Amino acid sequence: MTQMTTPPEVVAPPEGERSPVIEMRDISITFGAVRALDRVSLRLFPGEVHALMGENGAGKSTLIKALTGVYTIDAGEVIVEGEPHEFHSPAASQEAGISTVYQEVNLVPNLTVAENMMLGREPRRFGAISVRDMNRRARRTLLHLGVDIDPRSTLDEHPIAIQQLVAIARAVDVEAKVLILDEPTSSLDADEVEKLFTVMRRLRDEGVAIVFVSHFLDQIYEIADRMTILRNGKLVEERMVAQTTQLELVRSMIGRELETLDRLDCEAPKTDAETGVPVLKAIGLGRKNSLEATDLELFEGEVVGIAGLLGSGRTELARLLFGADTADTGELTFRSERRKLRSPRHAIDRKVAFSSEDRKAEGVVGDLTVADNMLLALQASRGWLRPIPQAMRTQLVDDYIAALDIRPADPHALMRNLSGGNQQKVLLARWLITQPEILILDEPTRGIDIGAKAQIQAKVAELAAQGLSVVFISAELEEVLRLSDRLVVMRDRRKIDERVNADVSVRDVLEIIAGEAHPEPQAEPQSEGATHV
Amino acid sequence: MSESSSRAARLLRHPLLWPVLALVVLLLVNVVVNPNFLNVRMQDGHLYGNVIDIMRNSAPVMLVALGMTLVIATRGIDLSVGAIAAIAAAVACTRIIGAGDEAALTTAVMAMTYAVVVCVALGAWNGFLVSVLGIQPIIATLILMVAGRGISMAITDGQITTVNNPFFSDLASGFVLTLPLAFLIAIAVLAFTAVLTRRTALGMLIESVGINPEASRLAGVRSRTIIWTVYAFSGFCAGLAGLVIAANTNSVNANSLGLWIELDAILAVVIGGTSLAGGRFSLMGTFIGALFIATLARTIPNIGIPSDLNYLFKAVVVIAVCLVQSPKARASLRVRRTGPPTSGPAPTPAPAPAPAKAGISS
Repeated sequence: MTQMTTPPEVVAPPEGERSPVIEMRDISITFGAVRALDRVSLRLFPGEVHALMGENGAGKSTLIKALTGVYTIDAGEVIVEGEPHEFHSPAASQEAGISTVYQEVNLVPNLTVAENMMLGREPRRFGAISVRDMNRRARRTLLHLGVDIDPRSTLDEHPIAIQQLVAIARAVDVEAKVLILDEPTSSLDADEVEKLFTVMRRLRDEGVAIVFVSHFLDQIYEIADRMTILRNGKLVEERMVAQTTQLELVRSMIGRELETLDRLDCEAPKTDAETGVPVLKAIGLGRKNSLEATDLELFEGEVVGIAGLLGSGRTELARLLFGADTADTGELTFRSERRKLRSPRHAIDRKVAFSSEDRKAEGVVGDLTVADNMLLALQASRGWLRPIPQAMRTQLVDDYIAALDIRPADPHALMRNLSGGNQQKVLLARWLITQPEILILDEPTRGIDIGAKAQIQAKVAELAAQGLSVVFISAELEEVLRLSDRLVVMRDRRKIDERVNADVSVRDVLEIIAGEAHPEPQAEPQSEGATHV
Repeated sequence: MSESSSRAARLLRHPLLWPVLALVVLLLVNVVVNPNFLNVRMQDGHLYGNVIDIMRNSAPVMLVALGMTLVIATRGIDLSVGAIAAIAAAVACTRIIGAGDEAALTTAVMAMTYAVVVCVALGAWNGFLVSVLGIQPIIATLILMVAGRGISMAITDGQITTVNNPFFSDLASGFVLTLPLAFLIAIAVLAFTAVLTRRTALGMLIESVGINPEASRLAGVRSRTIIWTVYAFSGFCAGLAGLVIAANTNSVNANSLGLWIELDAILAVVIGGTSLAGGRFSLMGTFIGALFIATLARTIPNIGIPSDLNYLFKAVVVIAVCLVQSPKARASLRVRRTGPPTSGPAPTPAPAPAPAKAGISS
């Protein structure tokens, strides 16, 4: 039923025959040659919290932007309360009663709370803005949402969670029929999430349709009534949350039939590498609002795969291991040296290399040549006074261009003109040139063509065989299972399971992620609740 | 594509093409108005003429602009260079006056050395504010831009200080090998900067930090040291410029010395093709840019622009040059003139400069 060829399942509205406040029908959007949305439909009913689910690149934000008038729709129609509408601008969408609160609060930090709420539609008296009316109205709306703050205080005096509620209050004040919350909880702690949910429930009971995007499955099951699941720009299905198990949900999002998956299982069981002192050992490594205390051991020549959905903490863990972010708690031991990482340099000096998931923002130096990009990390560790001798430069660059089959094989080509796969290979070369002992790869094969992907996988396996220790993170479970000796499964910002990768199938991993598997004895206990069968 | 046309295409994409073209056009305008503009004659063993004057007058802006180029390449800006120049002049002049033998060579050398060291320290202060405290460069250097004037006023007690040291005044009016010493100093600093950035890895790391600071940080680049270094170097260059300016009049007026030179320097950098967004930089472009600014200053009296219009004239020329250099503006001009490009060579793809050959050493 989850196959893309079968028609999407349509579920009855929450209460009887109420008509949807918004109906998006067969929406398609194309960017250049990329079809970002392919005949996706979405129905929103008054008085429901509707979760929009999907992995990275599934089309969630494109769909939201289509609804809010940021993107123009190529095909399909948007029906608001029975009337077809075309939104050519965000203003038009707001006019129709659709309000959005983005992940990053887009308010003005140094204006007051009331000014933020009323910006652009301030109450006026004789042509001048009436500050008193404004404050009174803002206070009333805030209190209605159960937020007791002084509307005259400036916005940036308040924590992010309150700012988010102010943003919601602003949306509510315009009498929104539809409220879109795009990952509102990603930087909130548990209490703050609860506060947000209280407000959401209140609005829902008043008849507002709320679109909720979150990567935390538990939150979806706590707050959402129905959900629409997208994958690769296509609609998978629309379901009632209460009638969907977490396993079904995860499977729908990742999108393979379990039967097919079982056949794809890991090819060769890996050697048990756990001998001697670990090259890297983390105990209780954590960071507020990012990762709960996590233990991890990495042995020589071992590939540890980290599996988990987006937002599960897999990237956060990698960044803490490299010092890209600094840990609040826990300790790291490199062989026998205990060490706090305050910057990436500390990790690099300990022979750790890290390739970020965000190739463009955190890897590629676009206006430099391929050669300079490759040599950047080595040159950085040598310092600027000791340039790499020309002969050595040529040698290293030519060797790695050949070894990784980088195209064009031109060291002087500008990095930004290369394809994603080739850029990724250059970044891999950048780190291999530093001869690391530990290589952390976060999504090294995302968005690159199949050939380059296979080459990178093969290279990782080859390097591990030569004694390099690798932490391998990927959203593609098959890939993680194929490469790893040991598997760490993460969810909701913490490690929930760890096991040797022998006879572990994709299905097993999905079950662990969905919280339905029985963890091995040494693993931490499951999070409570959240399992709906 | 035939070989000659591909060579022409390569030339068209060369990053120095537009700055050089702008300079040549400006010189031609002068020649049209005054056919003797480019004449150079020998007198008393050295050269005289408009061109020689332009060389000498370009020295202060060129010096400041060289330091500014590196700062801008790291996504920064240094507004304090004019104030630093004033401090350098104030320090050097008061030292010369205070010395036992005001006219001695050692007096001049000691005073200038002292002034330059002070300026490097001031530049390092800017670097500290930017790299350690993380203050935005425009604000961080604004502090010294304002305070620096006050400091140089304090050093000179608010008086116009006049000195009498032949070696010091040679800095501006002296000639070596028939050419103005000030210009040769600027050339020497240009060569030094080129070696410093292109013969070491400094240039590449500066560009890397300017293009993508986060990727550079994750690659282990010590951006703090690099940013510190470029601001200190900018202080050094500004100090030299201040000495040259003071030597030209044998005096220092803390109120006006080097006033607005930061703007001319930024212009020189931009005209030279270095983007204010940071990243790739061209020292050679900055050299041309500084010559352009000096030539423009000479052009205004030469073609008879009334002095009350000279700022306006300068602004118009600068806007024109910047537009001509912008690939976007050029493309829209071309489309308007010839309609949509249906035939002929496709417009050159947006900024894809050939590997920059910045620095005179390559």
